[in-house]
Amino acid sequence: MGLLDKLKSLLFGKESVSEGKQDAKPGAKPADKIVEKPVEQPKAEVKAEAPAAQPAAGNVEPVEQKHIIQKPKEEKPVADKITVGHVHMSGCTGCLVSLADNYEGLLTILDKYADLVYCLTLADVRHIPEMDVALVEGSVCINDECSMEEILETRERAKIVVALGGCACYGNTTRFCRGGQQNQPQHEGFVPIGDLIKVDVYIPACAPTPQQIRNVCLMAYLLLKGNDEQKALATAYLTPLMNLAAAGTEACGCDLMTEVINQGLCMGCGSCAAACTVRAITMQYGKPQVERDLCIKCGACYAQCPRSFFSFDVCGQYESITELIGEVMKP
Amino acid sequence: MSEYLGEYKAVYKAKTACADILGKAQDGGIVTSMFAYALEAGIIDGAIVAGPGAEPYKPEPMIATTIEELLAARGTKYSISPNMSLIKEATRSYGLDKIGIVGTPCQIQAVRKAQLYPIGLRDVPDKIALAIGIFCMENFPYQGLYQMVEDHCATKIDNVKKMDIGKGKFTVYTERGATAEIPLKVTHKYEQPACHVCLDYVANMADISTGSVGTPDGWSTVFIRSKAGEAAFQKAVDAGWIVAESMDGVKPGLELVEKLAKTKIDNNRAYLEHRKHEGTLLKPLRSPYI
Repeated sequence: MGLLDKLKSLLFGKESVSEGKQDAKPGAKPADKIVEKPVEQPKAEVKAEAPAAQPAAGNVEPVEQKHIIQKPKEEKPVADKITVGHVHMSGCTGCLVSLADNYEGLLTILDKYADLVYCLTLADVRHIPEMDVALVEGSVCINDECSMEEILETRERAKIVVALGGCACYGNTTRFCRGGQQNQPQHEGFVPIGDLIKVDVYIPACAPTPQQIRNVCLMAYLLLKGNDEQKALATAYLTPLMNLAAAGTEACGCDLMTEVINQGLCMGCGSCAAACTVRAITMQYGKPQVERDLCIKCGACYAQCPRSFFSFDVCGQYESITELIGEVMKP
Repeated sequence: MSEYLGEYKAVYKAKTACADILGKAQDGGIVTSMFAYALEAGIIDGAIVAGPGAEPYKPEPMIATTIEELLAARGTKYSISPNMSLIKEATRSYGLDKIGIVGTPCQIQAVRKAQLYPIGLRDVPDKIALAIGIFCMENFPYQGLYQMVEDHCATKIDNVKKMDIGKGKFTVYTERGATAEIPLKVTHKYEQPACHVCLDYVANMADISTGSVGTPDGWSTVFIRSKAGEAAFQKAVDAGWIVAESMDGVKPGLELVEKLAKTKIDNNRAYLEHRKHEGTLLKPLRSPYI
């Protein structure tokens, strides 16, 4: 039984917790998989709560056989998976939490489409490995040598670098840092990753939404592993997010003025106001009014605006794409 | 499928079968009765509509969860109601799981972008149950509309009972029976500039789109575009909320809809091209379309 199944049983079936425990040792064998720590913690809890777990070990025998049958079942899709890593720079882990907030959807992604090969919080891998997609959270502290090395390593070892969230894309709240904070008061220079390395795809917002991260992961999978038609769809879908990455590393609520209203493009739909995490935007006489002191520079408002980018090819197919996503996310 | 009218499964001449709704509706009362039926039938549990605002004819988006609230929002407002601004709030403090939303074609584009690129709209995409689009040639910012009514029509906006655009005229009806009308061409300068880059007349991405053009007074033209739209409309007809008839032989019919759509879209395509100012400007004006 794979570690994923163990996670599933931990999350969805209480009685199978002891199964997971039994499996902890054989599961350690495919070390390149995922998640050691979260499995072990609940294991300890179970021991404390139910000392009867040991005598029950005899019952586990038939369950063990079931795992043996399941094993090849999991190995097949593994071969087609892409490898994804989460690189943690100066961020709050909110972006990672957002990824995890796909709940069972995350398990489906890890089951069928992606192996999480690097993630300081969820995978026991110390150094940045080769991977298909690097999701980079946080801006880079230029006063920290390790961060500077790791962001360069990320670019070297990842085929696609995704700036995950406002900090990685645009600096976000780290733009307001002026140093002096404990326990690293000397850390005062933070830059979006795009100032240091070439970034392929942006997922703006603080925090980026679970659904947007899911969509990018699935599209990256289709791009790397799909047939021609799927590759074309994935390219069309990802192009605007690639364009955002190419457009620069500065964002602010002011973009609604400079890039939309000043350009004669705002038709007052209110998407920006809905997207703003800090409620800095209200609609006044049909146009966004940005409370600029509240703006954290996450880039969500402009990216959500239908007049920042709009693809008839992609959005015109909303029905079939939504169905496709629903279909592939079935466990 | 038509280049200008988008993809649709069916098109009808339709109106509400509910006298209460028709009384104050703009044309056939389709939007109000679709949402009223959808609320009753549990297809949606609330709808974002253009409700009355603090100033006369200045719409404010509101979330209607009862038929009474829907009735308060009847009738076309020729000014902007930023309905998308409530799309997240509807799922939060209102706790809606199945949202209905009405909007102009550009607002329906915003809905679809929000569903596929929910960049700042966590947990919103799968909660949009019914998006109804309305035909739209252009919109007026409130101050522009105010000037049209108060200045050009010499009518106090507080006294206006109904506004209408049709047959080349902008018409204002007052509470006391007076009527003022001005040629539509006078109103052009007050149009919202962003309307001139819009490439959609009949809300091609809505579940259902509707408008007065193409059918006789008191009726609406209704395009059924998606599976969700088809199912909801069929049920509303079966339940007796809406009367739907074939468009065959209806005058002026789809030809007029297509003609107006073509006029709008061709003009705006030309304007988008013009915005590039090829060879004259240092930097072309931005186009949102890729």
